Amino acid sequence: MTRIALDQIAHSYLPKPDGKDDYALKKIDTIWDDGAAYALLGPSGCGKTTLLNIISGLLTPSEGKVLYDGVDVTNLPPEKRNIAQVFQFPVLYDTMTVFDNLAFPLRNRGIEKKEVDKRVYEVAELLELTPFLKKKAKGLGADSKQKISLGRGLVRKDVAAILFDEPLTVIDPHLKWLLRRKLKEIHEQTGITFIYVTHDQVEAMTFADKVVVMYEGEIVQVGTPRELFENPEHTFVGYFIGSPGMNFLDCRLDGKYAVYGDTKIPLSEKTIEMAKNINGPLQLGIRPMYIEFDLDGKEGSIPVEVSKIEDLGHCRIVTADLSGNELKIRIPEGVNIQTGTQKIFFPPEWTKLYSDGKLINKGAI
Amino acid sequence: MDKWEDNKAWFLVVPVFLIVAFSAIIPLMTVVNYSIQDILAPGKGVFVGVEWFREILSDSRLHGALIRQIIYTFSILAIEIPLGIMIALLMPARGFSSSISLVIVAIPLLIPWNVVGTIFQIFGRGDIGLGGAFLHKIGIDYNYASDSVDAWLTVLTMDVWHWTPLVVLLCFAGLRAIPDAYYQAAKIDGASKWAVFRFIQLPKLKGVLIIAVLLRFMDSFMIYTEPFVLSGGGPGNATTFLSQYLAQLAIGQFDLGPAAAFSLIYFLIILLFCFIFYTFMQNAEKENG
Repeated sequence: MTRIALDQIAHSYLPKPDGKDDYALKKIDTIWDDGAAYALLGPSGCGKTTLLNIISGLLTPSEGKVLYDGVDVTNLPPEKRNIAQVFQFPVLYDTMTVFDNLAFPLRNRGIEKKEVDKRVYEVAELLELTPFLKKKAKGLGADSKQKISLGRGLVRKDVAAILFDEPLTVIDPHLKWLLRRKLKEIHEQTGITFIYVTHDQVEAMTFADKVVVMYEGEIVQVGTPRELFENPEHTFVGYFIGSPGMNFLDCRLDGKYAVYGDTKIPLSEKTIEMAKNINGPLQLGIRPMYIEFDLDGKEGSIPVEVSKIEDLGHCRIVTADLSGNELKIRIPEGVNIQTGTQKIFFPPEWTKLYSDGKLINKGAI
Repeated sequence: MDKWEDNKAWFLVVPVFLIVAFSAIIPLMTVVNYSIQDILAPGKGVFVGVEWFREILSDSRLHGALIRQIIYTFSILAIEIPLGIMIALLMPARGFSSSISLVIVAIPLLIPWNVVGTIFQIFGRGDIGLGGAFLHKIGIDYNYASDSVDAWLTVLTMDVWHWTPLVVLLCFAGLRAIPDAYYQAAKIDGASKWAVFRFIQLPKLKGVLIIAVLLRFMDSFMIYTEPFVLSGGGPGNATTFLSQYLAQLAIGQFDLGPAAAFSLIYFLIILLFCFIFYTFMQNAEKENG
């Protein structure tokens, strides 16, 4: 089994990159543990697919090294790496039957017929493709086609990781979650590393053990879905994950408080300690669900103007105005809030401070 | 009453009807009319029934022309289609070099038929032609005017030179329409170059290849100008294909009746082949859908 390490990877599609903006990937340094399910999450154009193609070998990075178990494979073509990739649109060999499609990678590698048959039947069973084996691959539905694409990776015994590039894009919504669950099941049964590219946070959160968030060619955070939610290490993670996203306020530090306009927000001691040495503008961030309505006049509560309350069924989203900045606050059922002036409270343990987009009070609770 | 309120439709239909009538229906009906009469002088004909059809169908010169025609058409298809695919595969896919090679490949398509005939007539001459003189120099006795094999090869070369580019362009467009993911998946699956061609490129080219075969079939089945310019269908009748023979009958000998009967049979042959191709194409499309 294989541990994949990216060592100082950077890539530019231009022959002579000039400056940071010419790079599609800027300095990626990360390790993909064996057997884990990763989601690579980020908006369109952030370099997810580029990174994936570098791992699989379809693309040679401009700088840095790709290591499989410590062995440098940077210049090896994809067929020489023990890796498989499933693309956004199902790729099939139209003229072949499903069986031949699945057998194709094995036959290309000169594996004997008995072994090929055995592997294909196993994988077909696993993917529930057995009834279609004799059929032409062309006539099948998009979900079956995508399963075949996956199957071509699974049949190879040596495959250490399977890379998925937004594989559910063309699947009907009602089949999406079925297929996603199937993927998860296969991951558990095979123990192969899965790296799953998506721009859909729900997909990433439900599929992966670990989510890798990318933004403008950089990895901004790697963590479990819970870590990403509770402890966004970058303002982008806060904004991109969660619905609605994190609230941000430009602020400065003044003694024990973060000051926004003439509002003073109390911070924890540790946070103050960590923020003291930072120069430049600060941003305060807090998840909508952690803002509390202060009904009995705590110290440090802040008056806001509540303008709108939306009921989403399982919760309500309050839109409030804090000296010109809009805040979203998520309140559980049973709490009654009226529009008009209300007092809110920012619990210091959930109040994050960011400088230049990066979290500065990491671990300060 | 309502029926007469929509008279506007007539204005739209009548021009089309007139154009089709004058360009297709009336000429075709004239041919049908000729084919059942013996035209003695302009305006003077005698009804002969299916006599001309019977005569034409048993005409050995026509049989010869038809066999030559079929051999010729299938030869050029057998050369141009694989050659066109090969060139399209070898052409650069992107960038400036791609545009340049496209232009170079397309040049023969811009040259009119009779000019192509003239080019090769001069090119193949033993005394002053670049190709002919060269062949003589290296000791090959080449003369398209007296040797029927040489004349055949010249006409074939001419067609291949003139029309392979069409196949190339169609295939090139077909190849560019294959998404990159196919090639990437094939790489990961460890497919050889041949396997990529056999299982990805060729199946994806099926549609354009059917069109290419259809176009080349129809055009080459009606070839007239090139052999006419080169050697007038000779030597003997070595390069007399169906069109040449038809022209000889109609214009050379003024046998309008037999020529008309011949035209109709000729027309039916092409129609039959096109129908077969069309059905084939429809089925292929259904399979894709």
